[in-house]
Amino acid sequence: MRYALLMHYREPGEGEISEEAIAEAMQAFGAYGRALESAGVLLSADVLQPSAATTTVTCRDGGLRVQDGPFAETKEALAGVFVLDVPDLDAAIGWAEKCPGAQWGVIEVRPTATAFVDGAWTR
Amino acid sequence: MDALTPAEHSASVAARDSYGRLLALLAASTGDLASAQDALADAFERALGTWPSQGVPGNPDAWLLTVARNRLRDEWKSARAQRSVPIDAARDVLADIDDLDVDAIPDRRLELLLVCAHPAIDRAVRTPLMLNTVLGFTAEQVGRAFSIPTSTMATRLVRAKKRIKATGIPFRLPDRTDLPSRMASVLEAVYGAYVIDWTTGPQDRELPSEALHLAEVLATLVPDDPEAHGLAALIELSAARASARIDPAGEFVPLAEQDPSLWDARLIARAHEHLRAAHAQGQLGRFQLEAAIQAVHCARGSEGTDWPTLLDLHRVLHAVAPSLGSGVALAAVVAEVEGPAAGLASLDALITEAGDRARRFQPAKAVRAHLLDLLGRVDEAIAAYEHAISLTHDPAERRYLSAACSRNSQLRSAQSPQKGRTGT
Repeated sequence: MRYALLMHYREPGEGEISEEAIAEAMQAFGAYGRALESAGVLLSADVLQPSAATTTVTCRDGGLRVQDGPFAETKEALAGVFVLDVPDLDAAIGWAEKCPGAQWGVIEVRPTATAFVDGAWTR
Repeated sequence: MDALTPAEHSASVAARDSYGRLLALLAASTGDLASAQDALADAFERALGTWPSQGVPGNPDAWLLTVARNRLRDEWKSARAQRSVPIDAARDVLADIDDLDVDAIPDRRLELLLVCAHPAIDRAVRTPLMLNTVLGFTAEQVGRAFSIPTSTMATRLVRAKKRIKATGIPFRLPDRTDLPSRMASVLEAVYGAYVIDWTTGPQDRELPSEALHLAEVLATLVPDDPEAHGLAALIELSAARASARIDPAGEFVPLAEQDPSLWDARLIARAHEHLRAAHAQGQLGRFQLEAAIQAVHCARGSEGTDWPTLLDLHRVLHAVAPSLGSGVALAAVVAEVEGPAAGLASLDALITEAGDRARRFQPAKAVRAHLLDLLGRVDEAIAAYEHAISLTHDPAERRYLSAACSRNSQLRSAQSPQKGRTGT
């Protein structure tokens, strides 16, 4: 089954996190990525820019609306997306537990409903 | 409600055993409890239609499994035919279903219990889910046991089953590192079935043995788990006293006033077997301690209850698994051994520490009223009884507390006849 691990955490302010802490986190994410890859479960991994870099696009009110910033301001913002292919929820929870982001935020484990694979949506 | 004859009772127990075993197998291959239940219901219905005329097959479970499996396979095939894009999973699932050996039906009920008590499942629905899937009780029966309308319970069960399938909760044993915490959730949920036994009272129960049965199944499935045996013993010892707990007039009889000859000796003996099996593992736990406490109560002989031993057990229990319930029980036993004043002091310390939660906790209020009553603090006892009554849902226990309360009111009027007439 495909699962998205959605990392959420409070976005740190400018200079709030020391250089050493950043280096440590990057190292942890490096090890995590390699572990996912060598287990053969990784489909994609993206750590996102802060929500200040977000642009929101919608056409649901008729015409195109492009908005500066996220759709809704929340305390904890979406910070990264890992898409995995693992046998079941327990395996996905196991990987979420190992995700460095779980140390300072929460990881939402969401099964994929359908994915575009080999030219078509899976059913 | 008509009582079941022993033959009917064993037939219904056997049917429940088969139900859980077959469902665990059928659902494990698809992760879809709802459609497995539909298929199994279909198989049972066809059995009712054909067995009376054609005779019961040599291996009824194998017959049921085959019929249910064929029905599931047909469903998967027609679902797959409608797919524009085939998925590998459908092929795998069919292979899994075909691989089932109907003549050697493995017991996968532990996996099913673990699914029901999975951390991704809402705690409140875990026990109902076990009763519905492992024992095959209907939403109506489970709803009645929990005093929840059938439609509400049915919705909760459907939602939980959808969630199991959608999130991909596996029907397999967890890793060795995860197993202890996952087993703790299973024990907790089985204990949940035992708690509803007590709150609704044995009088109006239609499923008198659901907790008993779940606990027995669990102890069979994990014979090396001392807490599973402890829980089975605890439930059996409590169930053994069920008929003595309500007198012929339907009134609540507290433990100290119960007639031991009404206790079920067979259940008590069975409980002691479980306790021996638990102790052999040499690892103490909450349910074993609670069971040991019940065993001491059930061993009440001509010299009365062994309160000092009970006090030791309650102290250890409150240290191993501290809770409001264990604290209140400890205070009640302190009162028996060291007198009501010491018990009240212990209880009030607990209530102060726990705060609001303790003020709404019925057993705390009921014990407090009883201790004030024993100390002759009539006015406070009346107030405490009234508070306890307002928190009590069991009708027989309400009547018992009301009787104690009015005895104190009469005492107050006798002590100071003019007191009742003062005020405006």
